[in-house]
Amino acid sequence: MNAYNFAYLDEQTKRMIRRAILKGLAIPGYQVPFASREMPMPYGWGTGGVQVSAAILTPEDSFKVIDQGADDTTNAVSIRTFFERTAGVETTTKTSEASVIQTRHRIPEDPLIEGQILVYQVPIPEPLRFLEPRESETRKMHSLEEYGLMHVKLYEDISRHGHIATAYAYPVKVEGQYVMDPSPIPKFDNPKLGDMAAIQLFGAGREQRIYALPPYTNVVSLDFEDHPFEASKADHPCGLCGAIDSYLDEVIIDDAGGRMFVCSDTDYCENRQAAGHKGKDAA
Amino acid sequence: MTPLLSVQSITKRYGPHVGCADVTFDLFPGEVIGIVGESGSGKSTLLNCMAGHLVPDTGKVVFDTRTDGPRDTIAMSEPERRMLSRTDWAFVHQHARDGLRMGVSAGGNVGERLMAVGERHYGDIRNKATDWLARVEIDETRIDDRPTTFSGGMQQRLQIARNLVTGPRLVFMDEPTGGLDVSVQARLLDLLRGLVRDMGLSAIIVTHDLAVVRLLADRLMVMKSGRVVEAGLTDQVLDDPQHAYSQLLVSSVLQV
Repeated sequence: MNAYNFAYLDEQTKRMIRRAILKGLAIPGYQVPFASREMPMPYGWGTGGVQVSAAILTPEDSFKVIDQGADDTTNAVSIRTFFERTAGVETTTKTSEASVIQTRHRIPEDPLIEGQILVYQVPIPEPLRFLEPRESETRKMHSLEEYGLMHVKLYEDISRHGHIATAYAYPVKVEGQYVMDPSPIPKFDNPKLGDMAAIQLFGAGREQRIYALPPYTNVVSLDFEDHPFEASKADHPCGLCGAIDSYLDEVIIDDAGGRMFVCSDTDYCENRQAAGHKGKDAA
Repeated sequence: MTPLLSVQSITKRYGPHVGCADVTFDLFPGEVIGIVGESGSGKSTLLNCMAGHLVPDTGKVVFDTRTDGPRDTIAMSEPERRMLSRTDWAFVHQHARDGLRMGVSAGGNVGERLMAVGERHYGDIRNKATDWLARVEIDETRIDDRPTTFSGGMQQRLQIARNLVTGPRLVFMDEPTGGLDVSVQARLLDLLRGLVRDMGLSAIIVTHDLAVVRLLADRLMVMKSGRVVEAGLTDQVLDDPQHAYSQLLVSSVLQV
């Protein structure tokens, strides 16, 4: 495969992205601007994550891609195939065997270990964007740590719904400094962001921002004293593997109101089924 | 007595045009100063320079801070100035839409300044918001409605509540009654007068409506072409104007 440079991007571009990543790691939670390239996929399909992955992949890496926790959905399959073709790296669906995991909207259920890298695809990196449309103003708010507005959003949630109804892209504060959008992961995953052994990199292609969490970073989900943060999930066991501690997808299975809950992390679910666990809907 | 705000020879030019030139005055605690003048006389430029929205070319704006005593707010760092503008200062815009977050409920609008200074207890914020809505005569059942559903007068009162919730000591007002019909104006002025007296606020009110300053201001400055042409006690200036322009201004008021 010589038509492309290793992992598609040219070496100068990768150096530029690596510099942005290093800066991001040095200032956890800070959004580093970078010169995002056009990728052979539409914006919104993970162009940011793909560029970050391309910049950090080595020929020895083992690469895994998940989309909403699943290894076998369109986005995951196409990105995995992309790097199989352009980088020739080994790919896997096993969380424990992967050295680089690109993810859309989930953190794997199995705890990650030192040496692994988790790459997030980020649609809108600016947590304050829908509250304050001016980029010049949000940058100033970040640099002066003026985050009162973020709580206005949570206040609005409580006043309208009686509880903090934000269920994904739940804002976090990193090392007591920057407020960060953890990409649209469910808030169930928020507690895993902090003190993680793996490196976490966030790439937003259209918005041209990279940010990062080095291993064992302090990450706190924002909340009110009388309405504390709560990591929520559907109150059911997994229909296939019976797990009660994993994040679940609700799947409609017929047109008569039938539905089942299954683990969104397919690898986790398969491992449990292989180990003999069985849910009530398992065939 | 230390002045709360001491403005020293403020000059602001827009290229060859003079915004305001060489304005100097002191504002003492509990005092309300009115600034009147025709459109383009530099009233708003002066107000924006004092409130930190514009940087004047020359001059000082010395504010008597709670912790460190008199400080030049133009020379202080931006975080300090912004902190000041959401704690000890308040700014009431002419158009309520400029001062409110139209996509956020009334309660959220009032609570924003509280959250900005570190309040993190939902119940407390909610109670204070309810209390302040009552003080500006907005029914508390409207607390979760957006300002877009409010009338112009209600929006203006909500803006005032949002500004006063942190107990500021100095309020800048830019034509607070502009664009409101006269009966709503009267009610708003009554409310403002009550709040200023109850809270012992100092205020600088920019307006071209002489009735507003007659009702609210202790002292008055008349501006023309960027300069203060006359200053003195409100009643004195309005009843016995000395400068030709002040005389013109006073005589131009329609008598009903």
